[in-house]
Amino acid sequence: MYYIDPHIHMVSRTTDDYETLAKMGCVAISEPAFWAGFDRCTVDGFRDYFHQLTEVEPNRAAAYGIRHFTWLCINAKEAENVSLSREVLAMIPEFLDCPNVLGIGEIGLNKNTPNEATIFQEHMELAVKYDQQVLIHTPHLEDKYQGTRMILDMLADHSSMDRSRILVDHVEEHTVEPVLDAGYWAGITLYPVSKCTPARAVDIIERVGTEGASRLCVNSAGDWGPSKPTAVPDLILEMRRRGHAESLIRQIVFENPRTFFQQSKHFDLLDPATRNDG
Amino acid sequence: MHESAKPMNAKEILDREFLQIRSHILDIAAALDRQDRADGDTRFDSRRQLLEEGLAILRSDSSDRAAKVQLLFSREYDPAWREA
Repeated sequence: MYYIDPHIHMVSRTTDDYETLAKMGCVAISEPAFWAGFDRCTVDGFRDYFHQLTEVEPNRAAAYGIRHFTWLCINAKEAENVSLSREVLAMIPEFLDCPNVLGIGEIGLNKNTPNEATIFQEHMELAVKYDQQVLIHTPHLEDKYQGTRMILDMLADHSSMDRSRILVDHVEEHTVEPVLDAGYWAGITLYPVSKCTPARAVDIIERVGTEGASRLCVNSAGDWGPSKPTAVPDLILEMRRRGHAESLIRQIVFENPRTFFQQSKHFDLLDPATRNDG
Repeated sequence: MHESAKPMNAKEILDREFLQIRSHILDIAAALDRQDRADGDTRFDSRRQLLEEGLAILRSDSSDRAAKVQLLFSREYDPAWREA
């Protein structure tokens, strides 16, 4: 089955991983800007990173027939440095016309601090100003519930932005309903440790119902920590083992991310199943 | 509308997951034994008490145990957080 991984950090992965993803049916990925495992010190460090996301990774992915899309921001962890964050925010527009940029992301909260909230709001103002979609990181573990609710509070300040152009990621059992009920898209991140397993993700899909499942995506994160870049195929297998219809599986792993991404002028992925139909 | 080829019933789910659940229970039992066997006492550590509360949720009749366990291990949300 063809699928899209809507949140995977390929700068942390080897070229072998691109090959494995292609063999498993991955036709497109989107890579949000995130924390690199260390705090960067200068705006030029981010300029080089954005160059990597908009030029280097698309070429690496294309070698395996995978389309590479990206999102730009300074992530929540480094947003604690407000002055550096504002320099990065001022530089982001230089890259917004790059052909693989889908929007602003993954912005969000990490430890739910006032500085993180300030920079989150400034990213939202940038997204509104440049008519960009938004991809949002929610905190992990004990900070997730509080941080997700704070993010929903802040998003309500931006009523001019269509909620269907915002995806709130890393939802779990206790945060999926507030996100979907507010009209946003939700993402579930599959992780071998500390986050959501494929089995729990399928439980969530089963519980949110047809309408909820129409605004739900699943991703692997595939970052520099313990993670599994092929976690989406693991979810496909779990859904098949439970007897779910192929049409629902395809909706979750292909049609939903494509529908969400198509709201960006830079997303032009055709259905690979029709590629040779002339 | 997505037609399911053949949704698993409760017994089929139990058949499939029994050994896995048994293994998870053993992991928890062994981890608690490990603490109790070691020097010191964690019985009054707030984290140990949270674990005990989590185990109590597992034994409840609720149909949303996972969400309740998640909330148990979550920091509190204050709707007036901006004024803090």
